[in-house]
Amino acid sequence: MAFKLPDLPYAYAALEPHVDATTMNIHHTKHHNAYVTNVNAALDKFPELKGLGLVDLNKAVGTAAVPADVATAVRNNGGGHWNHSFFWTVMGAPTDSNGPSGELKAAIEGAFGSLDEMKAKFNAAAAGRFGSGWAWLGVKPDGSLGITSTPNQDNPLMAVADDKMIPVLGLDVWEHAYYLKYQNRRPEYIAAWWNVVNWEAASENFAAAKAGKVFGA
Amino acid sequence: MSSLISLARFLPETAVAAGAAARFSTAGGVAAYKLPELPYSYAALEPVISGTIMELHHSKHHAGYVANLNKALEEYADAEAKRDLQKMIALQGAINFNGGGHINHDIFWTNLAPEKDCRPPTGELLKGIEARWGSLDKFITTFNAQTAAVQGSGWGWLGLNKATGGLEIAACANQDPLAKTGLVPLLGVDVWEHAYYLQYKNVRPDYLKAIWRIVNWENVEQRLAAAKK
Repeated sequence: MAFKLPDLPYAYAALEPHVDATTMNIHHTKHHNAYVTNVNAALDKFPELKGLGLVDLNKAVGTAAVPADVATAVRNNGGGHWNHSFFWTVMGAPTDSNGPSGELKAAIEGAFGSLDEMKAKFNAAAAGRFGSGWAWLGVKPDGSLGITSTPNQDNPLMAVADDKMIPVLGLDVWEHAYYLKYQNRRPEYIAAWWNVVNWEAASENFAAAKAGKVFGA
Repeated sequence: MSSLISLARFLPETAVAAGAAARFSTAGGVAAYKLPELPYSYAALEPVISGTIMELHHSKHHAGYVANLNKALEEYADAEAKRDLQKMIALQGAINFNGGGHINHDIFWTNLAPEKDCRPPTGELLKGIEARWGSLDKFITTFNAQTAAVQGSGWGWLGLNKATGGLEIAACANQDPLAKTGLVPLLGVDVWEHAYYLQYKNVRPDYLKAIWRIVNWENVEQRLAAAKK
């Protein structure tokens, strides 16, 4: 049973003007698609790993469950596939984005003081990730909200992650995610991204994370 | 992690001789590191690398590394003077990233030249390539395969192993300088997405195929000769 490229929940142009349609198209049909192709190829000879499912496969990165000769391919491509599958779902049309509500809002205010203070920390993590990587808002093992960034296609589900958490929001800061529209101006991309955050999805991720459940599991 | 660095060797001699505070400072234009001028115009490497990419790459990305490096070194000098060890340690990342970025791009611009000014490798360099890989074509194929495979951001390098006298291919992550591997850098190819994305999009292998048209082998030969001294 091979992994599949998921369809986007919206048209490529749906996140304009904040994330341009060309970027969404290439990002989905080329970059994400390549991770899917590559993780399937890597796991071709390891059916027991494929049988884990994508979430448990990611959690296994850095453990003995993943044989050495396929470890890098799994980390990069299994990570890339989960990360992008998650990413598409935490974004949506700008007009649909209202800001956090209910339990998530309370948790954000409790952990960071305010939504603006959370964004400031998140933006710093996203801008400060040198090279390729991701920034994350997530639920830590102690149940509190935290912010972290990871390099390349790592994510906080992985055993190798410095700060483990179940993601609530994630932002791709690889240059391919923003270069066509923003060029070197990563902070401008990060600021614009908040306009397309899907807070309903974030709330669902938060509720699931509090129950120990992960998107895609 | 490299040991803490003393900044004395970054000082222009006049500042030391004048008895000025022995401290790195960008005040009064005494910046230790400067963005080098390109040896050619932004459009000169077309059609292999577009003028738009060259301008962004040089005037934004490389300029950013230089500015951030100088800023980090100034803060480091301040911390060193105050003997604030925690701060000195905390600044190592910024110095590594931005210092590496400056070193790498400084080499890169000289490794490239307008296509009409390029010619194939000769002499000791060609001998070294053939000895190790059999032919220039086989070297390029191997280099491209290894460099295309760099995960995320990084560089592919042709370097000299001084111990063996032989040439080697290496890949480095982010802006890690090749010197970390012990090799002397001769030719580097930037595969951060900013180096090619506007033109080649996700197709890094196409960029790698094309770049050999503008490799300045004369510069690589000069670097090899200097490294062998």
